[in-house]
Amino acid sequence: MTALRTYIVVRTLMTIPIVFTLLTIVFIILRVMPGDPITAMVGMKAPPEYIERLKEEAGLNKPYHVQYVDYILGIIRGDFGRSLIWGRRPVLVEILDHLPATIELTIFGFLVSIIIGLTTGTIAGVKCYTRVDTSLRIYSIVAYALFIPWLGMMFQLIFGVYLKVLPVGGRIDPGLTVGWKPITGLYVLDGILTGRFDITMSALYHLILPSLTLGIVLSGAYTRLVRANMIDVLSQDFIRAARARGLSEFKVLKHALKNAFIPVLTMMGLQFAILLTGAVLTETTFSWPGMGTFLLERIKYVDYTTIQGTIVFFAIFVSVVNLVVDILYALIDPRIRY
Amino acid sequence: MNIGFKIIRRTIIPQIRESGLMLKLGLAIVATIIVLSIAAPLLTPYSPVTKAGVALQPPSSRHIMGTNNLGYDVFSRILYGGRTVLTVVISATLLSMCVGVPLGLISGYYGRIVDRIFSIVMDSMYAFPSLILALAIAAVLGPSMVNAIIAIAVVYIPTYFRMVRGQTLSIKSLLYVEAAKAIGAKDLRIIIRHILPNLLPTVIVVFTMNIADAILTEAGLSFLGFSVPPPTPDWGADLRAGHEYLLAGYWWLVAFPGLMIMLLATGFALIGEGLNDLLSLREAEKR
Repeated sequence: MTALRTYIVVRTLMTIPIVFTLLTIVFIILRVMPGDPITAMVGMKAPPEYIERLKEEAGLNKPYHVQYVDYILGIIRGDFGRSLIWGRRPVLVEILDHLPATIELTIFGFLVSIIIGLTTGTIAGVKCYTRVDTSLRIYSIVAYALFIPWLGMMFQLIFGVYLKVLPVGGRIDPGLTVGWKPITGLYVLDGILTGRFDITMSALYHLILPSLTLGIVLSGAYTRLVRANMIDVLSQDFIRAARARGLSEFKVLKHALKNAFIPVLTMMGLQFAILLTGAVLTETTFSWPGMGTFLLERIKYVDYTTIQGTIVFFAIFVSVVNLVVDILYALIDPRIRY
Repeated sequence: MNIGFKIIRRTIIPQIRESGLMLKLGLAIVATIIVLSIAAPLLTPYSPVTKAGVALQPPSSRHIMGTNNLGYDVFSRILYGGRTVLTVVISATLLSMCVGVPLGLISGYYGRIVDRIFSIVMDSMYAFPSLILALAIAAVLGPSMVNAIIAIAVVYIPTYFRMVRGQTLSIKSLLYVEAAKAIGAKDLRIIIRHILPNLLPTVIVVFTMNIADAILTEAGLSFLGFSVPPPTPDWGADLRAGHEYLLAGYWWLVAFPGLMIMLLATGFALIGEGLNDLLSLREAEKR
């Protein structure tokens, strides 16, 4: 237990320099790199006074070291600044408004990718070096090479335009939410919590195409990983022993799958960054009101503090998720210790 | 002997055949797309940026992929768009290779504080969502081809760095490197003559797989409006422009550009996979 505790403490402490480095990288990109963000975003035609005013509001006219200290201290205090447009709301509040939509999408996208990845990977691993395996291998490469917006649009075309059975955008039927207050912002969950099952159903209905799009593209990586692990595990002695004892093939596979799954868990941490990238594209395709659409909208309106805050938030979010995944991994696999 | 032969027949031979097939298929796809983009003026009578006919015509014998909302020929835009995509992606990956490989070599060879600093910066960048990082860089620099190249290049430096650093660490402890050191070879000579050549096969595999990834990032950037400005033909940007007309049923505006992105990325991924398989089989053979 103490070894586990040491691992958790050390791993948590290691997150601090990582977050700090990321914050510095974001600072360098947004402020120090040649090219001035505000001019680039407003466009060259804007009057110089207007650009100056925007810079002043975002605190961009101070020397770099002062800006850097302000920036880091602000983030440590949890102060992401205020938006430069539309009621000047605190950036963090705006982010938390849009975060649940992205989380809901990523959870469902993730589930789809895991279900497809585990099934196809197991089949390919069991039937390795057969035609089934080759075709699943091709599937994993093609799935990875699919461009998310394109897959999404093809789904929109088939299920929205031709068959007219599924919604092509948004999170929910707009009429349903009138006078309804979400609790967590995850509509599927909120619908159940407030007893409004029509909302849950509508939210699920709207989630089908976006989460399929995201899930299919990400499933390829899991297919390959599970396949490789299955082949490896199935050739080990304990599987042969299990077969020799006369266990049914189903039970043998259950043993194998459990062991093949551990490395999949480590990959989930890295996959999370890919999941977020995918979510940005999926959101844009399905007009999903999450972090991705939010960030892009604010880039369009040159809301500098919000842009910076959102990117910083992504950085912290990713680091924390990686931390959690690593700790989970250590809990499951006792070999992972310092 | 008999069992060993069986294993070879059942696993290794199909593997070699399969990886050879993947390699050939990938090369065929990539070569076709490269030839088509280079030969674009010979294959299509229309310019990609001028009105070639009535807007929003479905595919026909005059316009084999139809025309878009401005009356541009979609097929021409696909061919010329291939030039944009290939230029951006190959320049970007070459650039990140040229930065990432030396950094990885230095970090892995010298170790200590330099290594610590490089590693933490690179690991942090690696964990960050690539498209969002590229988006931030491209948004600050403004939409242009050169800026898209820089944005994509920065994002992929850690991929090369991590791989090269890891390999350098294991190669530098090998006996022949020790021997070179013992006879007084300089560090630079050891790195260039003794370590780098051993890395090259892996770098090439990573490079081809990286191109596949960069194609998707480039498409993402231009889909979101942060790559080449319009009316330059580019698959991602065309996909975005066509999206508005999709719900009205004008499928040809989006179907073809997306298909090309997928084909090109698949092509490079197949080459990478095939090379990787052959490489690891050769490694296994040596043992």
